[in-house]
Amino acid sequence: MAITFTVNNKPASVDAGPETPLLWVVREHLKLTGTKYGCGAGMCGACTVHLDGKAVRSCQIPVAMVAGKSVTTIEGLSANSDHPLQKAWLDLQVPQCGYCQSGQIMQAAALLAANKNPSRDDIVRHMDGNICRCGTYPRILRAVERAAKQGA
Amino acid sequence: MGKIERNTNGTLSRRGFLQSSAGLTFALTLPTALFARPAAALADNATAAAVGAWVTISPDGAVVLAIPVAEMGQGSSTGLAMVLAEEMDADWSRVSITYPPVKPEIFGNPIFGNMMVTYGSGSIRGYWDKVRLQAAAVRNVLMQAAADRWQVPLGELHTEPSLVVHAASNRSMSYGEIAGFAQGSTIMPAAMPVIDKSALKKMADYRILGKNTPRLDIPGKIDGSALYAIDVQVPNIVYATVLRTPVEGGTPEHVDDAAALKVPGVLKVVPLKNSVGVVAETIEAAFKGRSALNVSWSSVPTDSFDSAAGMKEFLAHAAKLDDKGVSYVAKGNVDDAFAKAAKVMTAQYSSEYVYHAQMEPMNVTASVGPGGDSAEIWIGTQGVSPNAFAAAAMLKTTPDKIKLNQFYLGGGYGRRSPADMLPEVLPLAKAMQRPVKLIWTREQDVKSAQMRPMTGHQVEAALDADGKVTGWRHRVVGESVVAYRGTEKALENNKGLDNIVLEGSKHEYGIANQSIAYLREQRGIAVAAWRGIGAGYNKFVIESFIDEIANAQNKDPVAFRLELLKDEPRAQAVIKAVADKSGWGKASAAVHALGFSYAKVVETYVAAVGEISLDTKTGIVRAHRFWLALDPGIVLNPDSVLAQTEGNVIFGLSQTLKEQVSISGGQVQQNNFYDYPVLRMSEMPEIDIQLMPTDNPAKGIGEASLPLIAPCVGNALFKLTGKRFRALPISPERVKAVTGV
Repeated sequence: MAITFTVNNKPASVDAGPETPLLWVVREHLKLTGTKYGCGAGMCGACTVHLDGKAVRSCQIPVAMVAGKSVTTIEGLSANSDHPLQKAWLDLQVPQCGYCQSGQIMQAAALLAANKNPSRDDIVRHMDGNICRCGTYPRILRAVERAAKQGA
Repeated sequence: MGKIERNTNGTLSRRGFLQSSAGLTFALTLPTALFARPAAALADNATAAAVGAWVTISPDGAVVLAIPVAEMGQGSSTGLAMVLAEEMDADWSRVSITYPPVKPEIFGNPIFGNMMVTYGSGSIRGYWDKVRLQAAAVRNVLMQAAADRWQVPLGELHTEPSLVVHAASNRSMSYGEIAGFAQGSTIMPAAMPVIDKSALKKMADYRILGKNTPRLDIPGKIDGSALYAIDVQVPNIVYATVLRTPVEGGTPEHVDDAAALKVPGVLKVVPLKNSVGVVAETIEAAFKGRSALNVSWSSVPTDSFDSAAGMKEFLAHAAKLDDKGVSYVAKGNVDDAFAKAAKVMTAQYSSEYVYHAQMEPMNVTASVGPGGDSAEIWIGTQGVSPNAFAAAAMLKTTPDKIKLNQFYLGGGYGRRSPADMLPEVLPLAKAMQRPVKLIWTREQDVKSAQMRPMTGHQVEAALDADGKVTGWRHRVVGESVVAYRGTEKALENNKGLDNIVLEGSKHEYGIANQSIAYLREQRGIAVAAWRGIGAGYNKFVIESFIDEIANAQNKDPVAFRLELLKDEPRAQAVIKAVADKSGWGKASAAVHALGFSYAKVVETYVAAVGEISLDTKTGIVRAHRFWLALDPGIVLNPDSVLAQTEGNVIFGLSQTLKEQVSISGGQVQQNNFYDYPVLRMSEMPEIDIQLMPTDNPAKGIGEASLPLIAPCVGNALFKLTGKRFRALPISPERVKAVTGV
């Protein structure tokens, strides 16, 4: 049975089993591949998207749960890759392999949407569930601080 | 800013260049010696007529560079493009890069047998001379074309970025203009000129190298548009995953696939050599089908292997001095030095198996042609030409029948070097006659980890009456990566020496008599190259033991090293710099301590100081700050070097404090990030890096600093606790065991 919801402000309807993780619906059914599969267990954050504005691990969300709701993926974060976080990410040359970075940016965007002026501790606490194996944490932290300063 | 394009190179003419509507393509030929082909190569898919092109210039001035290195975040695709652009004097703002076709005889890395591979922090240092000579030849041809046009001597010309200039007549001509008028003309030479190394640009003349340059791969990595192999979309695709043997080498004996085949969407269950493939219309169905499989596996000797017991055996082997092992370094007269020693120090060190934990689980997509003798492969690999040749061998065809599409790598660190995904995906694609996207679950990725080998070490130092180190013995015990990843024959050909396991066991300390030996163990475990390879544990052993020797004599560990390195000015410089920066020797808060290490890794000189504290109740070590100083020779892209070094500290700290794969009954015991934790943001230290470029050939960065982190931690812990930490990882359990809390 088709499940309908909104993705990046556009209506979407997918024919997938109700238990199908939102991750695979987004990536393989809707071909929005910026959201990544990392662990499938909610442990790494690579699959982070926004569900009604809140950061969630899409690998842990059955697609049935998003019926009628609004999902935002990295592709829908900004019109021209110009969200303040994306600009800060570019300025500070944050990504290395880049695979975790969509999740990092989506996780950070949810923080700044809720807290315009996070402390360093706030940022670290909020970002601690997102693994970056390459070790870009110092730059992620600086980029979130910079974006906050520039009014994300 | 440049961008990355894919697979734009077609077949080129035998001549040194191609004039076409696309502009000028420089298909640079190489000295004969560089045509040596890897032994694994099959029939040549690059006939003499089909040569590759490094540089293409369009009449509008756009410059496309073919960059053969895999981009996995290490930045060397941009770095190598900078080297090419610098030497041909291209306008960097007009430069973009593309992956070249699989033609290792053109695009191979000279330090890796001219294979198209990306590992060992070897791209810049391996291609350094090769691409500069190519680029200088391009510049020479462009200048000659202008000289002919203007009828002036070549010697009166010079270049500005993408511009040939004749200063005497105040004329200039852009590279794009030359590409335009050269089309269809006979102005170009039939062969590329040969440039002498002495004519290459000097560091002082660089316009591009040495300046912070935004990486070409980064824009796509902030908006989800960068493509990794796992992202590829191919029409008519089906999805697959595998259940692999829980013990390396096992084969499926009985496959009960009834429940798996009942999962809606599952199309087929295919027993493979060491795994069982589940193919489905969706990836979620494939994963579900995998969980429903019931497979019994053949028994193999490795079934009985237990890593905790194995470690004891390895260390016992290290202590069994009558087994000399295979000699790696034999310098002076070691036995004599030890016989005459006033004092002998001996210690045993160890390191556990560690897993790459690359964020992108292993995956590959492939389509096999109807005849079964051709394939298209979509992959992110560190081993481009080995994968293409392996696919050809598996399909019993020639490499020209294999089209390999290279993607970004979601982490490599050595994991993505082998061609180990092809024996699964090719039979599946052949069986389905549809493109198959094969994705391992994270759990499978952990269970089938190809690990940095577990190692045991014995180190011994002979000291004379004055405390001078007169003899050094280091015995490295572990399984062979060369034999597992390559072949037994490859290890034999290298006289039984595993250069991956032994990497980093040599050092620059001026000790007259030295013996370093390899003692091989065989347990059938999948062991592989892991970021830093042997240096990851060998530098831990050396740098900790040097610290032990210094402390035993009440000598300052930095001063002691400077004494031993008196003939190594570049080592001295980085050591002094980092000691100065970190306030080494000054009193620090009693609950914190500084630990020092020095090493030359991938030919780069690095010194590091770590500031550590310890929660004695929990055994948790906290790293507060690291200072590093690096001399890699010429620094191409300073900010990129800083980024890599930051990553090295964090990756290195992760393996120092946390990482361990344990094996019981031959099976990996860990499953996912919950039982194989890696360092998170809340655990990261402050990092202070000083780059100290020198006018020497550019050397490795991607794994240069990682091996220094563990000895910094261990040496700092010694200061805090008075106890030596000789086993990696320095986990809370180990800390408590060593400190007796």
